[in-house]
Amino acid sequence: MEIAHKDSASLLRRLNPGDWLYALALAGGALFALRQYGGFMDIYDKAILLFTVPGLAVMGFAWKPFRVFLAAATALALVSISLYQGDLARAEQVFFLKYLISSQTAIMWMSALFFIATGAFLLGLVARSDFADATGSVLTWCAVTMGTTGLMVRWYESYLIGSDVGHIPLSNLYEVFVLFALMTGLLYLYYEGRYATRRMGAFVLLVISAAVAFLLWYTFSREAHEIQPLIPALQSYWMKVHVPANFIGYGAFALAAMVGVADLLVRKGILASRLPPAEVLDDVMYKAIAIGFAFFTIATILGALWAAEAWGTYWQWDPKETWAFIVWLNYATWLHIRLTKGLRGPMLAWWAIVGLVVTAFAFVGVNMFLSGLHSYGSL
Amino acid sequence: MRHRSTSRALYELLSSMRFAISLLTLLGVASIIGTVVKQNEPYNNYLNQFGPFWFPIFEKLGLYSVYNSFWFLTILGFLVLSTSACIVRQARPMLKDMKSFREHARESSLASFAHQTRLPVSLPSAQARATTLAYLTASGFTARENPRDDGVLLAAKQGSWTRIGYFLAHGAIVLICAGGLLDGNLPLKIQMALGGKQLTTGNQLIAQIPAESRLGVDNWSFRGNVFIPEGKSANTAVLNVQDGILLQDLPFTVSLHKFHLEHYESGMPKRFASDILITDNTTGKSVEKTIEVNKPFEFAGVMMYQASFEDGGSRLHLLGHDLRTGSTRPPFPAEAVVGESVALKETGLDYTLELGSFRAFNIENMAVDTPDAEPGGLARLDKHLGSGARSPTSKDMQNVGPSIQYKLRDSAGQAREYQNFMQPILQDGAWYLLSGMRDNPSAPFRFMRIPMDDDGRPDSWFAIRRVLLDSARHPEIARRFTATAIGLDAGPEVRSRMQETTARTLELFARGGFESLGKFIESTIPEAERDKAADVFIKILEGSAWEAWKMARADAGLPAIMPAAQHARLLRDTLNATNDSLHYGAPVYFQPTGFDEVRATVLQVTRSPGKPIVYLGSLLLVLGVFAMLYIRERRLFVLIKDSGEALMALSSNRKSMDVDESFQRHRDALATLLNPGPRP
Repeated sequence: MEIAHKDSASLLRRLNPGDWLYALALAGGALFALRQYGGFMDIYDKAILLFTVPGLAVMGFAWKPFRVFLAAATALALVSISLYQGDLARAEQVFFLKYLISSQTAIMWMSALFFIATGAFLLGLVARSDFADATGSVLTWCAVTMGTTGLMVRWYESYLIGSDVGHIPLSNLYEVFVLFALMTGLLYLYYEGRYATRRMGAFVLLVISAAVAFLLWYTFSREAHEIQPLIPALQSYWMKVHVPANFIGYGAFALAAMVGVADLLVRKGILASRLPPAEVLDDVMYKAIAIGFAFFTIATILGALWAAEAWGTYWQWDPKETWAFIVWLNYATWLHIRLTKGLRGPMLAWWAIVGLVVTAFAFVGVNMFLSGLHSYGSL
Repeated sequence: MRHRSTSRALYELLSSMRFAISLLTLLGVASIIGTVVKQNEPYNNYLNQFGPFWFPIFEKLGLYSVYNSFWFLTILGFLVLSTSACIVRQARPMLKDMKSFREHARESSLASFAHQTRLPVSLPSAQARATTLAYLTASGFTARENPRDDGVLLAAKQGSWTRIGYFLAHGAIVLICAGGLLDGNLPLKIQMALGGKQLTTGNQLIAQIPAESRLGVDNWSFRGNVFIPEGKSANTAVLNVQDGILLQDLPFTVSLHKFHLEHYESGMPKRFASDILITDNTTGKSVEKTIEVNKPFEFAGVMMYQASFEDGGSRLHLLGHDLRTGSTRPPFPAEAVVGESVALKETGLDYTLELGSFRAFNIENMAVDTPDAEPGGLARLDKHLGSGARSPTSKDMQNVGPSIQYKLRDSAGQAREYQNFMQPILQDGAWYLLSGMRDNPSAPFRFMRIPMDDDGRPDSWFAIRRVLLDSARHPEIARRFTATAIGLDAGPEVRSRMQETTARTLELFARGGFESLGKFIESTIPEAERDKAADVFIKILEGSAWEAWKMARADAGLPAIMPAAQHARLLRDTLNATNDSLHYGAPVYFQPTGFDEVRATVLQVTRSPGKPIVYLGSLLLVLGVFAMLYIRERRLFVLIKDSGEALMALSSNRKSMDVDESFQRHRDALATLLNPGPRP
């Protein structure tokens, strides 16, 4: 994500053989997917697949651990797919599918791992234990790996139900909650590495745990995990770009708010000796909001392009659109105040926390309390 | 002079950050209002919701169409104004700043930078200069040198493009707002105000709509709907504006060949598509095309979208069953078209049939809820492991066939609404024809379940019901029932009492069903014995219904039937349905028997001249945001003095931890470069 100030020439120069292998694997994977599943894609789907290759490559070049994570998740997903042998019923019969890497099971593992990771980070914070922190970090990596595997396998399973049912698992509230947990987790891991501190984990993992708790409630009491076919309005390649961009935004805003909480505590002298200094937290908060804002801007624009195609209007002040606009305005103002006015301090941290409330309303509240075109995941 | 200073102050205010932030906040709050009050609903809904006092006040405030209201557009206008003023104000200094290397900076001012240090230089001046320049270039800086009396100043900068980002992002806001304004309903409002266009009401024929409510083909910004039944064509779109409509003439004619409606097994909609033929009105050129959701089509500058679908006037074949007591009329055929009304005068009923809608299929969850206890703990978790496909609670989605919805309006104008299914539906192990009734549109339907007989037909029910409710036949039913219920050895007194009770029961039932029987029991029988009495009455009714059935079959010349388990159930269902028919509120039941379905598509047609502007603005916005956030401006000054010392200073347009980092990096690098120390 820190692409800009290191020019691409120097980035290429710093590549090691592992990077090249990684890029080669990505390209190979994309070609394999094209050959194997090209029949299910239209030209736009194929273009998106091809653009994913350089996107993920640069991600991995700039953030080395990401390569291992992606390789692990992909390998697990491929094992799962090969165990299925094209038969959904095998999810009940094959031990590894039933208890490890079928989509639901993998997502359950992700949930459990996130909970344990939260506990580990909290323990690390209370006991000043670096070992507990390191454990939390490893568990978070495992959680995002299992979650990513779960989503990839779910994608495959949806096609086993029926080729007219199959679609990328980004289509309802259940699926995007998994995505939210993944994005927030990955963003956290990135900042953890970049700022070489694991003490923010206790705070960020709390918001992920809250999302996972919701996810479990949604599964157990609403049976929301069932794969549903797509209504006509959602049958579009736009979903593949609009939704992930949105959730980089949501995840980053959630992370910023939780770091904001830590920032406020440090400024009040609470846990100050166990947490990074306020300037570091402040900087993470800014970075997260900046990346969140940039991607949220893209997501909203992509949403508008999609709306123009599906509903005939790029903007019609539907409640979801309006709240996206409010979220955007909120963080635009935050950035103006920080960058132009140069303001620092507790006020921005408070604002980031309020920002999460606004974001949460745009994400879930609109579906619960307001009706509109975006009501795909009603509660 | 005074005037000048006022406008200057106004410009200062408009272009100020404080004003911009206030506007952004105000815009956010204003936007919330429109998500709380549902927008662009029919005005009647608002009247019902807010009442006659608040309705006109809220209308004046534009709350029913917030985002098109005068005040909302004013806020947006100020945002555009403020952003433009800001751009104008920043343009000169920013461009100047971008170009400038500030190579004339004084040593004293460099020494006052937050990030500055003095480094010892062991290299000769010229070599130090060359080394530093090479380092700066390799680090992505462009540098300019300024020789001075005491040495040379190398002034370098990088990331000046971040300033361009500012212009892109803020210019984009202006573009997006301007483009959006072109596509909003402002052009329409202007035409209504200046061009004398007037709203009209929706409930009239298109041909009757006067010219002042029609917009010409040259209108460059509109959004409307075209309604086309299968096999028909249309060349005008309807624009819904406030509580009225306007007509938009289209430069082409659209004909609908076929509307495709596909569903998944679960009943969820899968595909809406219209096979259309578009013919240009001037050139006569035509194109065939299929428009689907997410696959719009542009013709003659007009975009066409699959918006929704409706019934295009399906023709229904019905069988009317006269439910009036004492009527002997056989079922009669009737026909009705969706959206039209039929007077039933000629069938002897003073009612109008208004066929509201027709559904060719209804997919319902027919799974029987098993009362198993929900497993707890691990078993429950186990149920949720595996693939995402399995449903732990089994669902059995089935198409239960076509249904119609119609209103029966009596001569006084009172209407009741009915929902009737064409095919029998399996419920609780038996087949029924369902007919739902409701008194007002917001209430749920209450269903009368007409039982099917051995032949799978509802005829037996109609026949039994007729006999059972016919008071002229009650004595005969009572006689027969008594004869089978009590043996021949009973005395005549008992016999006649039994007959009397039976006749009385039938009379009460025929008057108001179970309800009147219940009332009778409550008013005449002591509380302790009521349950027992009710049982007796039910037995009498069931026995009577059995007799009535035999009589009805004899009337129709059908062979006698034998008692059987399914007949006992049919009798119970017959009594229930007969009871419901007494509260049915209509003298006739219409059973759908066939249909010729005609679908209609609704296409949204738009001309949005602002779209390319908005898209361009969006692209610039993304470029601008990334440039502003991720291109970092750095200025590095290295003053190499002949005295064997260098002053290095770094500045950035923003204060952040990255600046500290890059300062340290450059300082360390230059310190080694300028003072290499003894080689090993």
